[in-house]
Amino acid sequence: MTLTQDAPAAAATAQTLTMAGALNLALADAMAADDGVIVFGEDVGALGGVFRVTDGLTARFGEDRCFDTPLAEAGIVGTAVGMAMNGMTPVVEMQFDAFAYPAFEQVVSHVAKMGNRTRGALRLPLVIRIPYGGGIGGVEHHCDSSEAYYVHTPGLTVVSPSTPQDAYSLLRAAIRFPDPVVFLEPKKLYWSKGIVDPGIAATIGEAAVVRAGTDLTLIAYGTSVPTALAAAEAAAAEGRSVQVVDVRTLTPFDDATVMAAVRSTGRAIVIAEAPGFASVASEIAARVSERCFAYLEAPVRRVTGFDVPFAPPKLERFYLPDVDRILDAIDSLYLEGE
Amino acid sequence: MSATLLPREQPVQLVDASGAAHPDPLFELPSKDRLLEGYRSLVIGRRINDQCNALVRQGRLAVYPSSHGQEACQVAAVMALAEQDWLFPTYRDSVAVISRGVPAADAMVLLRGDWHSGYDPKRYRVATQSTPLATQLLHAVGFAHAAKLRGETGDPDGTVVLAMCGDGATSEGDFHEAMNFAAVFHLPVVFFVQNNEFAISVPLSRQTAAASLAHKAIGYGMPGERVDGNDLPALVAVLDDAVTRARSGAGPTLIEAHTYRMQAHTNADDDTRYREHGDVQAWVERDPLTRMRAFLTAKKWLTAERESEIAAEAEAVAAELRTVMNEEREPDPEDLFRHVYAERTAQLTEQWDSLRDEIARGESTASAEGGAL
Repeated sequence: MTLTQDAPAAAATAQTLTMAGALNLALADAMAADDGVIVFGEDVGALGGVFRVTDGLTARFGEDRCFDTPLAEAGIVGTAVGMAMNGMTPVVEMQFDAFAYPAFEQVVSHVAKMGNRTRGALRLPLVIRIPYGGGIGGVEHHCDSSEAYYVHTPGLTVVSPSTPQDAYSLLRAAIRFPDPVVFLEPKKLYWSKGIVDPGIAATIGEAAVVRAGTDLTLIAYGTSVPTALAAAEAAAAEGRSVQVVDVRTLTPFDDATVMAAVRSTGRAIVIAEAPGFASVASEIAARVSERCFAYLEAPVRRVTGFDVPFAPPKLERFYLPDVDRILDAIDSLYLEGE
Repeated sequence: MSATLLPREQPVQLVDASGAAHPDPLFELPSKDRLLEGYRSLVIGRRINDQCNALVRQGRLAVYPSSHGQEACQVAAVMALAEQDWLFPTYRDSVAVISRGVPAADAMVLLRGDWHSGYDPKRYRVATQSTPLATQLLHAVGFAHAAKLRGETGDPDGTVVLAMCGDGATSEGDFHEAMNFAAVFHLPVVFFVQNNEFAISVPLSRQTAAASLAHKAIGYGMPGERVDGNDLPALVAVLDDAVTRARSGAGPTLIEAHTYRMQAHTNADDDTRYREHGDVQAWVERDPLTRMRAFLTAKKWLTAERESEIAAEAEAVAAELRTVMNEEREPDPEDLFRHVYAERTAQLTEQWDSLRDEIARGESTASAEGGAL
């Protein structure tokens, strides 16, 4: 994929922002650049969104550009389809991962299929933003890792950033993208901080090697990326050189970057919060096994959530993949290799 | 205020089942020219329904959900729209789609199985037909919302969106959400429900306990109206009124047309399992086409000459459809990969390469076997 965002305004300068702040800036910059970009959803207006990602947009751009809707997710996504058919670029917010399920039929049956159904006559340039994943002590229905549902649906492009910079650059790219994008925001990282330079463009469909290493490769996305980086740091203290790949775009998957990384080390572990059975982590592990078999020194491992509904807050720490679990998996690769 | 949102006790009717005029204090009879044009569309619509049923029997269409008996609704929906307006049809609304200008053969692409849709919606201002129920109503509402945000509504050149669905679809959540969004945002949408009394086998009584489907409108704060769905003049008058309201910026309307699905759900359905032959026969007397012919003939507006011209035109449409449908066309398997994304992904390129090789190997094996014989 080669579609990238426009160059930002020359006045833009790098600044330290939270991921929520970076997403807010990306929305504001996209709305300033294109009158057709409109934001709507539940509580996105006066409140600025429950995570404040749309903070100030109604005040700055007016009620016609950022507005609250009735509380109806199928309505939000279904009307976004009609708006995109009629020349707008809607960026809609689903308040939480599990609250997006009422919109599932619209997403799967129309958002994903309209371009194909009409042989490209009606592509739908829209973005569905969904805060996802756990790690914040949220109660039931507020912590799902729902990415597999979307990734399994041909016609959707699915993105998940792990840094404020990628959050900014990938959201700008998603809004410019000609096809619908499901933009999964790891809510645990909303308050993580980093330098954001609006002048840096990102390309949808590109993974990134975010830590160099020669002994083995950790493949992660979203909330699992900082966990993988922490595990790599801990493994370094034990004398292992661990490479980390941030997938960034779940579909279309960047086979080239991921496979090159695994071939360079010969060992791979995929890390994700979602239940592991029939998951994105499983797909990545399968692809690595098929495409890198001759390079592998050990079986591809997965460190994922258990195959249970997401844990209640007081059991969350047992559910989530953490540094120790990743280090155990690393050790197991060497045991099996010996 | 709220009382005015309620529909009448009896559906609006301008021509009764016998073809006699039935004047209404609020709705005027449409002009002679419009009615003659509507009659022409009715005859063509009926001919298309008959032809498509025949094409199913001949194996040329995979399936056809017929609107036989509902043609007045199909035709009136299109007659009420201006050039700049948009129509959002269901899968049973092929006659409306064709009436709006989509070539019949292009409208049949979905049902023939060549592709999922056969026309460019922007060219005809007709959204795609697809089989999920009520989902298109939300697309219609979003489309109208975009037009409103751009300032393209509320004046004589403004856009109006007409969204069609059946009685079964009114039970879906998307119906509710679409009505609610349209009313809350005060959008130029006309919701046009064809109540044909059946959702495949399930009767209206299992869809709602409301006094009528049009009564649902008041719950959203929009007016509801009931109309005889086999009475073309009444349909045109009521739809005109709602379209005018929408165009003037007065917001959405819900219209329920009382009609009847004269044939089974599709050729794959057996309606003898859930309704009596006599029930269907009772509706033959209310047929929209014979009613219109009786009315226009009695008025001496429809001459024998005009009648035969229309019949010939309907035959030509059917013949053209037959010709195209009888052509042997092999869809291109690469189409499977062409339009999923604006830019083909590496994975889809890989998968098409693999399928292409598989096809090439199959062809070479076939020709080698042919040579051995």
